[in-house]
This record gives sequence, structure tokens and C-alpha cells, in this order.
Amino acid sequence: MTLTGASRAWARRHGLTPMLWLVAPGVVFMLVFFVYPLCYGVGLSFQGEGGPLSAYADFFTNGFVNNGRSRESILVTLRLAFAASLINVGLALPLAYRMRGAVRAKRALIAVVLVPMTLGTVFVAAAMNEFLGRAGWLNRVLLAAGVIDQPLQLVGNFTGVLLSLVFTGLPFAFLLMVGYASGIDPTLEQAAAVLGASPARRFLHIALPLLLPGLTITFCLAFILAFGVFPSATLVGNDAGPTRVLSKIAYTEYSYGHYSTASAAAVIMAVVQLAVLGLVLAARGLLYKGPSTGGKG
Amino acid sequence: MTDHSPGGGVLAIDGLRREFGAFVALRKLDLRVSAGEFVALLGPSGCGKTTALNLVAGLIEPTAGTITLDGHRIERLPSEKRGIGMVFQNYALFPHMSVADNLGFGLRMRRRPKHERVERVSRALALVRLTEHAHKYPGQLSGGQQQRVAIARAVVVEPRLVLMDEPLSNLDAKLRLDMRTEIRLLHQQLGLTTIYVTHDQTEALSLADRLVVLKDGAVQQIGTPSDVYEQPANAFVAAFMGYRNVLEGDLRAGDLHTGSLALRTRPGTTGKSGRAVALIRPDDLRLLPDDAAPAPNAIPVRVRVCEYLGREFAIEAVGPGEQVLHGRAARPLTPGERAVASVDPERVLVFPATEGAAVSAPELELVAQGEQG
Repeated sequence: MTLTGASRAWARRHGLTPMLWLVAPGVVFMLVFFVYPLCYGVGLSFQGEGGPLSAYADFFTNGFVNNGRSRESILVTLRLAFAASLINVGLALPLAYRMRGAVRAKRALIAVVLVPMTLGTVFVAAAMNEFLGRAGWLNRVLLAAGVIDQPLQLVGNFTGVLLSLVFTGLPFAFLLMVGYASGIDPTLEQAAAVLGASPARRFLHIALPLLLPGLTITFCLAFILAFGVFPSATLVGNDAGPTRVLSKIAYTEYSYGHYSTASAAAVIMAVVQLAVLGLVLAARGLLYKGPSTGGKG
Repeated sequence: MTDHSPGGGVLAIDGLRREFGAFVALRKLDLRVSAGEFVALLGPSGCGKTTALNLVAGLIEPTAGTITLDGHRIERLPSEKRGIGMVFQNYALFPHMSVADNLGFGLRMRRRPKHERVERVSRALALVRLTEHAHKYPGQLSGGQQQRVAIARAVVVEPRLVLMDEPLSNLDAKLRLDMRTEIRLLHQQLGLTTIYVTHDQTEALSLADRLVVLKDGAVQQIGTPSDVYEQPANAFVAAFMGYRNVLEGDLRAGDLHTGSLALRTRPGTTGKSGRAVALIRPDDLRLLPDDAAPAPNAIPVRVRVCEYLGREFAIEAVGPGEQVLHGRAARPLTPGERAVASVDPERVLVFPATEGAAVSAPELELVAQGEQG
């Protein structure tokens, strides 16, 4: 420390106090484990064998050696992630709305809802194969009861992965939405009721507009969770065909030692994801985002 | 605003009761409110006044009893079918709607045509002098303006009944006085039947045509402001109405003997005897210098605190038996000074201190002091 008194005072005025050292571990961690790998990966993706853009060209022409269908995987991943996050948010909204006030045994209910979140994707996939597989309990019961005469194909395809994503993602979406829903002043709906609004119109005109900003955030986070799906796409999906997701393409390239094409796949994955989030958040900018209480508390 | 029928609806409440589990929030409320009348439900927190209001609004269901508005039973109808206007304690303005949309909400729910909505909203805005704020959001308004929006939103639908739940409790003292006058003025202009809940007796006395004083879910007294103020039905109402001096003792031949002093009481109590409490308003207890001419009910006291009130002085003094007395003096008195407290026997209210029903003297003092603010 060779700071003179004046420069010391200047530093203090601009918030440069010794307290700032507290952020150092975090900054170092980010640099070493995020910024550097990110830059390195992006750099790798431009070092394909046939020139700077060859890895990307291979990706879009399905030209990966031993690893096809890369272009379609963008759509496959988008479809899965959109379907899963829409279903999760769609189911979480009414649940959270119902639980917004004082509900008996609310804590116990939330705890039960949260259990699936604590189970790993692999555990859930194993359970799904056991329960929903062609020879699983569900099909056996339905066949025995005569409800169906062919076993339902619930795993090993798009449906399987979607179910797994809903099972693990819904608690997460629900937990976020409960927070947003509980933040709405309950007297607002009482006021709307006294003014003549039926329960449906109270939801439509009061609760929904106030929940929408939270809803879009929940959607974004659910989307990110679902977009990176990898274990369930392999375990309860069919990663050679209908659930061949981007992360599977990247993984396979890495496993063959094709680092530049693997990185290109990862970069494309990130770009697609950021594009979707950017669109959703831009739309959110058009919504009302102020307080969700009706005056002085 | 009331271009079809002058005045509001007629409300009848019979045997209204509400329990929350084992707790009885409202024991039995019977009340007739005539068209255009302004009734205040008054009492300390937990007395059941807000429960009563929420029952009329339909926000909670009664355990027993009926509510009749203009001859129609409404106690089991959902809020949205009752045609009532309500002003909430925290205003409950819709934060995502402009002032104009807040006002138009009730009309929209009633599916009024657009041109009618626009016209009625602009009239209501003019009424509360917020026309230039029509396109602002509630968050951009001051507390007083939000309050006026809340009131306008409640009356713009021309309800048969307006409910107000402590609407002034979130405002500062100056604004509270202004809004009080404004609410009274609005009521005079529109003539809407109004039920107003408050714990502030000055607010209730100044606004209402009639008061309902509640305690622990039970009605203590129903009457005009002057009835309740001049002739409180019991010791609790008296203490709540600002009779701050509470003396407990034995009543014999019209005199209350506390053990350390004897007090001549209001004529008419002469026949009664037994354990009793006497209540005196600070305004009626005059503090005079020690050497003043003999006065009725003279109590020797020592001055403890002297506060300047503008017109006169508020004195806290200690009398015989360490009895604390609150009175008024025309001239300042110094703490520690000896003085004489005097009260006209006419101004000494006496209530029997029966077991159970009435409250103890210390409790009454708490009520009296708590509500003095």
C-alpha cells in the first residue's frame, strides 16, 4: 500500500474499500471456471480441420462423422424444452394460485411437491422405466382392466422425456410461482370481488396481470432447465431419433475426441437458448412490473 | 352520482354472529340503518367491528344471523352479487391499472357501455378532484390521493351501501383531518348509506349520524354521537369516549368513597349504593391554585406534569391515595406545586362495578388512555 492520503480518500469516495476483497474469491472462481472455459470453447469451435467455420458447416450439413442429425437436433431440443416449460408453468400457475393464501397444511403440501426435485434425473428415469415401461405396472394394470389392448408407449420416446422433465421441473416452477403468487396483496382480489368481479374475472383481470412478470421469469428458468436435458433424453427417450437433443450431439462429438465440432455444437446450443430467452424477456418488458400491493401497507 | 334514487339502501342486520373456531369474533349484532344514514362501528382492536364489516361485504360468512339490504337477504350471497362499495384500510387499488381504469373496474364488471363508463368515471374523478391524475398509476400518487381514488372507486358504481374500513388510519394527522371533512362532505352530497369502521372515537363522533360501540364482539351501546358522548351506557363506553379519570370506591348516599377521598356524584345516583366506578372527563376536572376559593368536589393534589394545549393546559396530578388525575388548568402550574382539582358533581358519571360484566378500574384507565392516543 503506497497510497497517499488523498488517493486513499478518493478511493473511499468511489467505494473502493478493503471490503472489496470479499468479492475476490467469487471473481477468481468465475474467471477460472466460467470465463476461461467459455472463451476456450468458443475458440475451439473455430479451429475445425477445414477452416475457421468448418465445424459449424459440418453441424448444419449433418456432416459429423458417426454422429448425424445434428441440424434436426436444434428443433428436437426446442420442441422438448418449449413443451416441458409450457406444461410446467401451465400446471404450476393454478397450483400456486390456489396455494397463495392461508391453506391448511401448506408447508406439508409444499414439502410433498418438492420431493421430485430432490430425486436425480437418473433415479426418476429408472422409476419411470419400471412404472411406465411396456411391461411396467401401469400398462399391466390397464391391460388387465381391459382399458387398453396394446401397451402404451410411454418411455423410449418424446413422451418419456417430456414426462421426466415435467416430473422434475414442475416442483421448481411451482416453488417459484408460489413466491410470486403469495406476493400479491389478497385485499386486491377482495376489492375486485366487492366491485362485482366473479372468481374467473378476478383471476383474469387482477391476479394474472400481476403474475405475468413472475410467470415469464419462471418460464425462462424452466426453459433453461429443460434445454440442457441430457440424462433423461438418453434414459427414457430415444437419443438416436426423436429425442436426439443438442447436448447429446455435443457429448458424442467429445467422446470421439472431435473437440472443435463438439464446441461448435455447444456454442449453437447457447446461442439458440439465449435467443429464446431474449425474445421472452423482451416481451416481458411490455408488461406491468410495478408493485403487487394496492397502496399503503 | 345518484341520479335515479336519492340516498342509499336500507340495511337491516339481525342476530349476526361469527365464530372463528372457539373464538367468538361477533356475538350478536342487531342494527337498522336507514337510507342515507352514516353509521360508525367503533371499538378497540379485536372488538369485532371489522368482522361485522367483512360479513356485510361478503368477505366472510356469518355463523348465524341475517343481513337484509333493500328487502333482499344478502348474507349468503358472494361479494360480487351484493352491489356494495367498499373502501379498504390499505386502499387495495389495482396497481397495474391507471386511476381511470381503477374507477371504471366496477362499471366494467357490471358490463356498462363504454360511453357511460367514461362519463361516470370522469364525474367521479371531478368529485374527488383527481381529473388531472386520471392516467397515473396508483404508485405515482400520494397517500391522500390514493385514498380519494379508493373512495371514488367505491362510490362510482352507485352502490346501495358503502363500507369503509378504517380508511384514515394510514394517513398522517393533518391529512386525516382534511380527509375526514372530505368524507363527510361527500356523504352529504351523495347521501349514500354508509357503514364506517374505526377505533378513533373523535373520527366516529365527527362523521357518523349514529355510533355502534363494540367490545369483545358484543354491542355496548348504539346511539347518536351526543348520546354516546354525554350518556355512555356503561363504564367501558365512557372510558372509550375519553372519560380518562377512573375512580373506584363504595357508593353511599350519592357520594363515592374511594378510601382516601369522597366524591359527590351526579344527582340521580343517590338511591343506589354498593361497589362503583366514577368516571370524569379531563375537560371537566378543573385544576385551581391551592389558594383559590372553595369549589365543589375539591380534591387536594400535587401537580406532576403540565402540558401546553394552546387554549389551556393539560395537567397530570396525583391526589390522595396516589390516585392519578387528568385535568385542565387555565393557567400553567409548576410540577410539584400543590393545587386543587374540582369537578361539578353533574359531571361525575357513576356505574356499578359489578363482577364480570363491567371492567376493573385499571383496565378502564388503559382503555381511556390507549384511545387518547
